[in-house]
Amino acid sequence: MDPLTWTGSLGSILVPAITITAAVFVAGIILQLVMGLFAPEVKLQANPDGTLQGRGGLLGRLEIYNGWLFLLLVALIAAFVVLSWFMPYGEAGILGEMSKRFLPVWIALIVTFALSITFKRKLGLYGKLFDSTIGMIGFGLVMFWVFTAIFVGLFDMIGTHDPLQQISGLKNKTPGEPVPEPDTMFPHYLLGGDNLARDIFTRMVEGSVIVMVIAPLATLFAFMVGITLGLPAGYYGGKLDTVLSFLANLILAFPVILLFYLLVTPEIVATGLPNFLAAFLFVFPLIFFGVLINSRYRSQPSKNTMLLAIVLIPLAVLYLSVVSEQGSPLFVWPNALDLISIPGGILVVFVSVVFVNSPTVFRIVRGLALDIKTRDYVAAAQTRGEGTWYIMLWEILPNARGPLIVDFCLRIGYTTILLGTLGFFGLGLPPESPDWGSTINEGRKLLLIYAHPALPPAIALLSLVLGLNLLADGLREESLKD
Amino acid sequence: MGLFILRRLGVMILTALCLTFIVFWLTNLYPNLEKLAKTQGNFRMSDEQVETYLGNRGYTQSLPVKYGQWLGVLPGYVIEGTDGDTRARCENHGAPTEDTPTFCGILQGEWGFSTVFKEDVGGIVATRLGLTGKLMFWVMMVMVPGALIIGVLAGMREGSRTDRSLSSISILSTATPEYVSGVILIAVFATPLFGMQYFKGTATSAMDDATFNNFFLPVITIALYGMGYIARMTRASMTEVMTAQYIRTARLKGVSFPNIVMKHALRNALIAPFTVIMLQFPWLLNGVVIVETLFNYKGFGWTLVQAASNNDIELLLGVSVVSVFVVLITQLISDIGYVFLNPRIRIS
Repeated sequence: MDPLTWTGSLGSILVPAITITAAVFVAGIILQLVMGLFAPEVKLQANPDGTLQGRGGLLGRLEIYNGWLFLLLVALIAAFVVLSWFMPYGEAGILGEMSKRFLPVWIALIVTFALSITFKRKLGLYGKLFDSTIGMIGFGLVMFWVFTAIFVGLFDMIGTHDPLQQISGLKNKTPGEPVPEPDTMFPHYLLGGDNLARDIFTRMVEGSVIVMVIAPLATLFAFMVGITLGLPAGYYGGKLDTVLSFLANLILAFPVILLFYLLVTPEIVATGLPNFLAAFLFVFPLIFFGVLINSRYRSQPSKNTMLLAIVLIPLAVLYLSVVSEQGSPLFVWPNALDLISIPGGILVVFVSVVFVNSPTVFRIVRGLALDIKTRDYVAAAQTRGEGTWYIMLWEILPNARGPLIVDFCLRIGYTTILLGTLGFFGLGLPPESPDWGSTINEGRKLLLIYAHPALPPAIALLSLVLGLNLLADGLREESLKD
Repeated sequence: MGLFILRRLGVMILTALCLTFIVFWLTNLYPNLEKLAKTQGNFRMSDEQVETYLGNRGYTQSLPVKYGQWLGVLPGYVIEGTDGDTRARCENHGAPTEDTPTFCGILQGEWGFSTVFKEDVGGIVATRLGLTGKLMFWVMMVMVPGALIIGVLAGMREGSRTDRSLSSISILSTATPEYVSGVILIAVFATPLFGMQYFKGTATSAMDDATFNNFFLPVITIALYGMGYIARMTRASMTEVMTAQYIRTARLKGVSFPNIVMKHALRNALIAPFTVIMLQFPWLLNGVVIVETLFNYKGFGWTLVQAASNNDIELLLGVSVVSVFVVLITQLISDIGYVFLNPRIRIS
């Protein structure tokens, strides 16, 4: 087998085309930026036929050309992706083969976008997202990794090799290197081999699973903690607020990395501190849902009890099986009933990420509650004699959802960054774990000699976080419009 | 105003005490002390030997007592050990002499002794802080003007193409954590991979002699991540000012657009970013730790990693005292500065 080139036979036409288009586009954008500083302001002129005419002149035309160039660029890249699906193995180069490996993801993305754009008027805020280019790009990037994580994690599809398999002779080999026995396995290491001769491409896509499981869940937990504590702090104010705010500021004043080092070292894990912290932090969802249901259905006892039982019993079982772990100081739940056992490293990472994130959420929720509690509908609920928890959870919280959803997106991105930071310092997760932080950490040690192992996970992490930020930006823009 | 500063100072000291106590507690948990004893003594110590080793050196006293001694409000221990030697905290676990002071803690300026570097913590922290100060100075020189220019240009005309392109750039920069941008920048500009080997990938030589060649990459790596956030805040503040009544008045009077931006809007628009820049320091501290590790620049952040991974208790405490104070003081400055800069609050 020959080594693969980057673009194969497609490259000779498409690569120069993409390069030229991209260069012209960037030059156009810069020219437009410079001209924008000196150009006169936008003046709308009424045409004789009653329509309005926007900015004309050189700048206006430049803007239109740039728009077309951008579309052309997207079309060229899409052409590259699509053409490579129909080419025989090896013809489309490394990029083409990767695009082929991601085929299920592309199909899922196309289906999602087609369905969403068709029904966008019926889908509320989610549908409105498809009105903004920024929001669509962000959503596309995020969904790309979500689908990748699903197909890798559940169906074991995209990866080419085993993420831990070492093939001798492929140590630190550059992208496109053929494997020694191409008949028994995928014939190339698409993105080369790492320091331990493992396939970088497979490790990158496997890493998305870990990130996609931990980051949204940890953010959700941080939100539960932040909401359960932030609403009363903002609503009641007074001593409770002072104490809780002081504690939140205390955690926020800690340099995050110092906190991680203090919480995640093996010695501290041996004392069981993270387990206690987990036991404390994981109670909040239980409290949250308990109070949420109870405050709503208090006046209908039979329905209340039933709903509480339906929601709380599974949650409690889940809670006990997560918190109780054999060998840790908190071993309270028999193994026979233990539904899930989280590996110690992941639990520690999860807990410390939740712990770092919740004070910020607390401050946001508190600020929103302070603002919303002066509204008329809250006063109306108070006059009706509703309970305070009802007002907080069913009057204030739904009306704070806009900023909270936007912050949720941003915070998943931030959590991803934090997970990467933990991996970068080799804390928590085992060293052979394929998550992006750990692989960047592995790669950076030999960065000046072999740069290729560190780049794919870095770019993957960047694209996911960028997607989440753009998504949040699009959501914010669209939710402000009405 | 005086009362406000006093109250803030009070809260600050309370926070600092709580935080250092937490660090003290976590580093003094028994498994950590056991590791310390084994690395300092020898690795084959039995549990009893560890116990006596720690007991002779005052580590088994109760936590508040140890904390008080470290702080310098309780007299340092003098223990006659089971092995016959008398050890005193104020003599670095050595035999006490006539001039051994009774108190030796942070308040007396005794920061303790680093077990990793075999040096006084005070000296280590001072030299490392100096190195990091150099890095931070250049980061600020790049980051603050860059962020303000981007933010002001974007916020000048809200919704324009300029605004949208610059906002996208700032989103991109906030989405790139230091360990990603650092790795990408090194791979592109410091390795032959892309044929653009213009800079050096390590900053070790920059500790003595910082040149553009060896210092540019670490500086730009930290600056990029903070830049986007400050730029977005500046943009938000600028768009708010540009819709204010007095700007409209100035426009109606026929003042030219550059004049409006430079003379009327800019001053008011820069109040909010000041607070943000000050509050950015704790984040920069994070960035410093990552970048110093990545570029092997042996400054404050690198020291933190060394102290934390080797459980060097006193060095770690010294580092956390400094970093906690940096965070709290910048918060204080941002609060006070905001009051001074904003005439509406100052007069009321």
